[in-house]
Amino acid sequence: MAKGVKPRVKVPKTAAAGEAITIKTLISHKMESGQRKDSDGNLIPRSIINRFTTSFNGQEVLDVVVEPAVSTNPYFEFEALVPEAGEFTFTWYDDDGSVYEAKKAVAIA
Amino acid sequence: MGISLRGTLGLASAVAALTLGTGTAIADEEAELVVNEEIEMVVRAEAPDHLADTLDTIYSGWVFRSDETQALQADDFDNPGFVFVDVAMDAWNAADGAAGKSCADCHNDPMDSMVGVRAVYPKWNDEAGELRTLEMQINACRTGQMEAEEWKYDGSDMVNMTALISVPSRGLPVNVAYDGPAQEYWEMGKELYYTRTGQLELACANCHEDHYGDMIRADHLSQGQINGFPVYRLKNAKLNSAHARFKGCIRDTRAHTYKPGSAEFVALELYVATRGNGLSVEAPSVRN
Amino acid sequence: MNMTRRTALALGAGALAVTLLPLSAHAAADDAIATFTGGAEIGEGGLTLTTPEIAENGNTVPVSVDAPGAVAIAVFATGNPTPEVITAKFGPLAAAQSVATRIRLAGTQDVVAVAQMADGSFVRAANTVKVTIGGCGG
Repeated sequence: MAKGVKPRVKVPKTAAAGEAITIKTLISHKMESGQRKDSDGNLIPRSIINRFTTSFNGQEVLDVVVEPAVSTNPYFEFEALVPEAGEFTFTWYDDDGSVYEAKKAVAIA
Repeated sequence: MGISLRGTLGLASAVAALTLGTGTAIADEEAELVVNEEIEMVVRAEAPDHLADTLDTIYSGWVFRSDETQALQADDFDNPGFVFVDVAMDAWNAADGAAGKSCADCHNDPMDSMVGVRAVYPKWNDEAGELRTLEMQINACRTGQMEAEEWKYDGSDMVNMTALISVPSRGLPVNVAYDGPAQEYWEMGKELYYTRTGQLELACANCHEDHYGDMIRADHLSQGQINGFPVYRLKNAKLNSAHARFKGCIRDTRAHTYKPGSAEFVALELYVATRGNGLSVEAPSVRN
Repeated sequence: MNMTRRTALALGAGALAVTLLPLSAHAAADDAIATFTGGAEIGEGGLTLTTPEIAENGNTVPVSVDAPGAVAIAVFATGNPTPEVITAKFGPLAAAQSVATRIRLAGTQDVVAVAQMADGSFVRAANTVKVTIGGCGG
């Protein structure tokens, strides 16, 4: 697991049934592109978050293939439907095989 | 013999103008900053008395940034610096050192106990008989109270912690004192501010007092205020301390620089901080 | 230096290679886009790509795409060493077929978005983003 990786997620705590909500996510990750060289001229190996997914109660919202052109500390903002009370699951997949997960519950107001 | 500053900058502006065409979308210098639709930041203020002969108005560096960069600071979720505030919050609550204490054991919730702290540092410490930056105070706590190792002056643990401690002071005016025993440090910092360094023979003042608002190549020069430090820079995608920025600036004059945490930079931080007395604490801010 | 006809030709060829570089960069992007579309025709309209006119730092450039009714949207940076940026697939609980992110641009270039619509057709949108070279990169 890469050092110091920490996810942040912003989701409203409550929503009306069927409401569209805005979600913002960010994870601290260096997103080493594989294009850079170290001070000795050796290529620094690629080490990135290569996929990010969001689901709600097991149903898919978004599935993103992430390439090295995405900035350090990758950020995604998108909109999701909340059909009923439940839980969002956010998952980030690291090149090194690590998987980082964050969950957020939403109640129906 | 040095290159004439005005000539160099004039050329740079001409090149920038050519590159950028009309120069639209560079910055909205009239914009107001409200964070989270709640914290109203003072991004322009009357210059403090000691600058009365030099400047009428002092401006936060935020004013000089592009619309997109400005927007990143208006919401704590859009501001990537806050992921490092979260990291520092974990460190705040974690015991470290032989005394088995955490920051929280003495200081509870930083959102209550640290209100106003960022706004008055660097600050004279009577007991220790020294002028202390926030970093020095944190290390004094670590070695004295926690019996833990000092953190590297501009390492990520330290800069993240100074960002966390700044959060509860956001929106409060910078109010750094420079009378009494702090005065000799302030005078030393002032001398450094006006001393030309490096092959380019540039003092802080040559860019940040004489030419703020102008273009240096494609960069929009600010007044070099530090009310937003530590800052999340788009350039290196991490939080940066004021001393790291001083080092970068002085290196760009093609000089050997002082070290972060050195007596020279502590004095310079005191002086530069007082040039911003009256602006809001913004840290962690977002810059290019 | 004694300029001979041979060296002049070699210099000319060098200059030609330099001017051709942006074209080969675009070829890589064209290949990447064709991989996404399977070589299908690409139309216009129904896809909004939002980018800054000038990016203050190429390391972190805000980009958003919005294509109502799309199944997936891919973003390409035509001037980057590898043009692919993201490919976003929208599930049944996506409230809008839109996503915003922050990307790296190696220099001034065209950013291209291609959306795959529900009927299998493709549309594209492109914007030029000028990336400035800072004065005091710190």
